[in-house]
Amino acid sequence: MPPARKVISRQTGIEEKEYKWGFVIPVPADVAPKGLNEDIIRLISRKKEEPDWMLQWRLRAYRYWSSLGYVEPKWAKIHHPPIDFQDIVYYAAPLSRDGDRPKTLDDIDPELKRAFDKLGIPLEEQKRLAGVAVDAVLDSVSVATTFQKRLEELGIIFCPISEAIQKHPELVRKYLGSVVPYTDNFYAALNSAVFSDGTFVYVPPGVRCPMDLMTYFRINEAEAGQFERTLIIADRGSYVSYLEGCTAPIRKKHQLHAAVVELIALDDAEIKYSTLQNWYPGDREGRGGVYNFVTKRGICLGRNSKISWTQVETGSAITWKYPSVILRGDNSVGEFYSVALVNNYQQADTGTKMIHMGRNTRSTIVAKGISAGHGQNTYRGLVKIMPTADGARNFTRCDSLLIGSKCAAHTVPYLEVRNPTARIEHEATTSKISDEQLFYLMSRGISEEEAQYMIVHGFCRGVFQELPFEFAMEVSQLLRVSLEGTVG
Amino acid sequence: MSGDGKEPVLVLRGLRAGVGGVEILKGVDLTLHLGEVHAIMGPNGSGKSTLVNVLAGKPDYEVYAGEVYYRGRDLLSLPPDERAREGVFLAFQYPVELPGVRLREFLRAALDAVREHRGLEKLSVRDFNRLVQEKLREMGMDAEFLKRNVNEGFSGGEKKRHEIMQLLLLDPTLALLDETDSGLDIDALKLVAQGINRFRGPEKAVLLVTHYQRILNYVQPDFVHVLIDGRIVASGGRELAQELEAKGYEWLRQAAEAGRRE
Repeated sequence: MPPARKVISRQTGIEEKEYKWGFVIPVPADVAPKGLNEDIIRLISRKKEEPDWMLQWRLRAYRYWSSLGYVEPKWAKIHHPPIDFQDIVYYAAPLSRDGDRPKTLDDIDPELKRAFDKLGIPLEEQKRLAGVAVDAVLDSVSVATTFQKRLEELGIIFCPISEAIQKHPELVRKYLGSVVPYTDNFYAALNSAVFSDGTFVYVPPGVRCPMDLMTYFRINEAEAGQFERTLIIADRGSYVSYLEGCTAPIRKKHQLHAAVVELIALDDAEIKYSTLQNWYPGDREGRGGVYNFVTKRGICLGRNSKISWTQVETGSAITWKYPSVILRGDNSVGEFYSVALVNNYQQADTGTKMIHMGRNTRSTIVAKGISAGHGQNTYRGLVKIMPTADGARNFTRCDSLLIGSKCAAHTVPYLEVRNPTARIEHEATTSKISDEQLFYLMSRGISEEEAQYMIVHGFCRGVFQELPFEFAMEVSQLLRVSLEGTVG
Repeated sequence: MSGDGKEPVLVLRGLRAGVGGVEILKGVDLTLHLGEVHAIMGPNGSGKSTLVNVLAGKPDYEVYAGEVYYRGRDLLSLPPDERAREGVFLAFQYPVELPGVRLREFLRAALDAVREHRGLEKLSVRDFNRLVQEKLREMGMDAEFLKRNVNEGFSGGEKKRHEIMQLLLLDPTLALLDETDSGLDIDALKLVAQGINRFRGPEKAVLLVTHYQRILNYVQPDFVHVLIDGRIVASGGRELAQELEAKGYEWLRQAAEAGRRE
């Protein structure tokens, strides 16, 4: 008897239902040759029609990166073969029908619109996504930004960073690299040299952004890396909620994603940054998948300002990211809410840094790690209280949940306290899904898969409730998909 | 045993079962018909809880020999969730806490699962709310419970009432009640007994495991069985429970041991 047939992707042999975002968007693209040198950086800068100061900044970053000897940092608890940085395409852009870069929503290849529809990100404003403004980034460029007009009326700038470099150079020059300098780390240096697009947001004083702003990142080209750069500035007394979603096609080879995100909150301003990271995680044997090496940092520059990171990390073969907050303004608040789930051979080394400098600064860290299959999950966090931070407070809660017996969870909290008035609390737990809990749910008629989902969802509740409404449904679906194959 | 002409809902033949290779049930025969309430009494460690947990399909328990038929089907071959959907319900002695799982979501998922299995439509949010609040009220529980995590921070009595509330909501055929009366004050005991009485009927069967005969003053059993050392050593009507109350278990244990020596 022939074996039962399922829908199998021909390329990778993995079941498509496990990663339904894994299709390739068939659009013609403008692709740079592989490899990295000063000429490639000049090419990227030229394609973007950048001013000279930007090119010079990139070249300084590139020279610094080159001086690091092409050897990636090794301190994280992740393992991968050395990355050949000359085997990566650093620029790939979809072309519009006339072979030029799309200028307006109407110029976008209909194929591309259909693809984003399929991903649940409609680019036409009339199909608006529950009032969310979207910037869609495919490979190296932003292909569409919605609701720009309405936001402009309020003085809010929401545009591709390449556009901001041309139209708002004073803001970009002032803040780009001010939170994450290109000397910060290996991948930040690389990103600074080659970043091709990303999102720029500026909210003027006293303005509360009336809708969530969203960037949807998509890697499409097979050999391309994605190096986006996001810069968000919330001026005095303003508020903005920003969402970020990411997917990539199923590819046999690993793909590199090295982004830098910088947030700046001035006096009394608040930035809420939410991520749903669903890059292709690789197949069941750990073949393929995205290397997600990301530097995200915000600074509470002003008094009473607040930056809140919420992340749900279910994708990528390897995740390496530590969304952090520098609490410089007095009474400022930093928050980090995280769910990181690894299954099969995924690896995650993620956490946060809370650097307290101002007086009465407060930070909250809630990290939930779920490990299944052969997954390796590490929480790595730093809470640093500087001598100037009188009355600083931190609360950290770090929970790990294990599913099965071949996975692992690691917790590496660092504490550096240089002010005796600081108050710090740290709670950590590690647990397995108990048979008692599963049996209780199953004895009510609930299937084992659903029972497990409910327990994991319950475990993550404290983080999920921080997510904006638009993400809540998607997160439930993502969690279900990510847990597939962990029962039995 | 009586019940002629009625459908046997549960038949146990020579059931031997235990945990980790240690035999606890040493050959149990029992038949329940629709419409009947059976009480299983016995001293601590006699195997009462093992019996209902084996019937509900708790994974740690092992079956070494014997057969169990539920409505003519081999019950032991079904996974626990399927047993539940087929109409077997276990009210736990120690209900486990489910952190982060809201009671409303839990009840919704359970009700959806059993209704789907019975070929019934999903209830609308409104009908579900109405139904679940009615059942909560019947068990003297506040609608605020729906926002709480399942069993988390519930008092002992609240946990037991919650179990019977689920029994009424899910409306199974066979109720297995594992010491549902233990640790209850008299008011809670009456509420729980009322719930069980509301459940019982010509299309239902109840297997009630208890240590004390106290609850049997409120839930009148049709049959009483005494389980000692993994065997049913005596069966009778309600008067057997009263005799036990007066004389304890020791005389039955001695009789059983004498019987085995012969």
